[in-house]
Formats: sequence, C-alpha cells, structure tokens
Amino acid sequence: MSRPGRDDAPDRLYTLTGGRSRSAPDTPFDLVTLVVAECDPAVGMQSEHAAILRLCERPTAVVEIAAVLKLPVSITRILLSDLLAAGRVSARHPQKAALPDPDILEQVLVGLRNL
Amino acid sequence: MDSVTSDARTSQGADARTPLGAQADNGLKIVVVGGFGVGKTTLVRSVSEIRPLNTEETMTQAGAAVDDISEVRGKSATTVAFDFGRITLDARNVLYLFGAPGQERFWFLWDRLFSGTLGAVVLVDTRRIDDSWYAIDRLEHHGTPFIVACNDFGGSAHTPAQIREALDLDPKVPLLDCDARSRESSKRVLITLVEHLKTLYAAESALTTPELAL
Repeated sequence: MSRPGRDDAPDRLYTLTGGRSRSAPDTPFDLVTLVVAECDPAVGMQSEHAAILRLCERPTAVVEIAAVLKLPVSITRILLSDLLAAGRVSARHPQKAALPDPDILEQVLVGLRNL
Repeated sequence: MDSVTSDARTSQGADARTPLGAQADNGLKIVVVGGFGVGKTTLVRSVSEIRPLNTEETMTQAGAAVDDISEVRGKSATTVAFDFGRITLDARNVLYLFGAPGQERFWFLWDRLFSGTLGAVVLVDTRRIDDSWYAIDRLEHHGTPFIVACNDFGGSAHTPAQIREALDLDPKVPLLDCDARSRESSKRVLITLVEHLKTLYAAESALTTPELAL
C-alpha cells in the first residue's frame, strides 16, 4: 500500500488508511487508552499494523503509539480501529465518570508521593 | 516562535522505550497548560519516566465534537503538536502529562486533551501573567479543575496575593511557586492538584443537587 521512499506528505497518510481521514465519531480510543496486541505480526500485514502489534506486546497508550510511529493521533486511531475490529488488539479504556472515583484519586496521590 | 513543535529537544527514540507493566489498565490524564516558553515541557520532563514525546493531532471541524463548535465554523483542518510524558503510579494506573499550548488559537486542542482529564496545571511566568488569562478562562468555561503554579524564573517582583489578584483567581484555586526543573518541586505541583481535586469532589458529592459546570 504505502510506497517506500515517500515522506510524511498528507497523501501518504491517506494511503495508510485507505482514504479515511478520521475514525468514527464515537471512536472508543482515548489518547490514553492502553492497547495490547492479541497476536503476532504476520507476513503481508500492512507495515503500520505490524509495527503497532510489536509495540503493543506490552500495554501502550494511543498517544505513545502515535509518537513512536510518527503518525498523527487521528490516523493512529483509524489504524487501531481496524486492528480492534479484526480482533488483533484489545483496548483498555480509561475509566470515565462524571466525577473521578475517590479511590482512584487516592491511588494517584499515593503514586505521586512515592515518586 | 509560533509553533508548538518548537521544543526540538523532545525525541522519539523508539528504542529507548520503557514498556508499561502487563497489568496496566487505567490511563489517567493531567494537562499542563501555559504560554510559550513557560516551562511546560521542562515540568513534564522533570517528573516523567520517559523522555517527553511529541505527537500531533489533526483537528477538523467534524473532529471537534465539542459543545461550542460554532466558534470554529469555517475553519479547515489544523495540525497541533503537543508534548507528553508518563508516570507509572502503580501496577494498574498510569498517569500521562500533556503539555498544551495556552494560546487562544489552540483551544480546540484543549477540548480534546481536556476530555476526561483529572485536572490541569496552569503554569505561569510571573513576568508575563497576561499569557495565562485565556487558559484560565477556558478551564473555567469547561469546568476543568485546575491549580496555578508560578514557575520561578528568578526575580519575580510579585507576591502571591498580587498574582492572584492579577489573574482574578477564585480564592479556592490553589496557587503555588515552583521550579519546573526540579523533580521534587514538580511533584509538589501535581500533588497539590490532586489534593485540590479530592477536596473539590468531596465537597461536590456532599451536595444534594450538584451543579456541574458543563
């Protein structure tokens, strides 16, 4: 799909995602959703997909994947949505509530004090 | 300099990655917001377990799913870069610190960053207090809890009371001095924010009819 030797021109990004510029508006991928690979990279896989699977052998945040792959977050989300739909990654989404769980805040405080 | 990508020292070293523990399952966010050169990346770097990374978000009208989208009608796609760092808090919780540019034209990035964030640190250069007004205004508008940290560039002629007045700060919003280069000092800033959150939410959950700013 992506031709080698291309730089980071926008057309490269469109090629990566088959022309899509954004994932579904209800994309579940937060910047800090932790992604975990559920399979090994396979021959013939799109190279970015393979790179994500290697990166996510351990839980890795969406924003870190984007930074390491040097891709915009929006493009990274699309690639992740594809992998998620194919069952190749799982996603650990941040806990979302109107108010943060007091227990979580306490855990954050303990963690920071222990730094 | 205009660009938020200006901190060229941030690096992308994939090889230098420190992986998270296998049990990590809850990402948390704190945003550090402030004007150019106020020390956002310095603060992130001093407490982060990874060298600050840089990435970018391409924002389009349709991507900006926010309550006041009317303000950007007519704008096409814009790319904004931001720095972030990471702190592993325990086996499950991982805190991400985002350095966000405070200028008005980046507000749409904040919407994305602020979504689900625990709270924000407004980093202030007391020699350029004006740079902080807009950030504080937006945070109040969003109902995002925040504290104000004055980065010590030496020779601040202002007392905390003067800064509080200049920023027209709610008396309940904590304000402290810090040295963004110091790990201990930056830790203190983050702890102050989380302690503030605890106080805030303890008070809110005590209300029978909570009025949440949306």
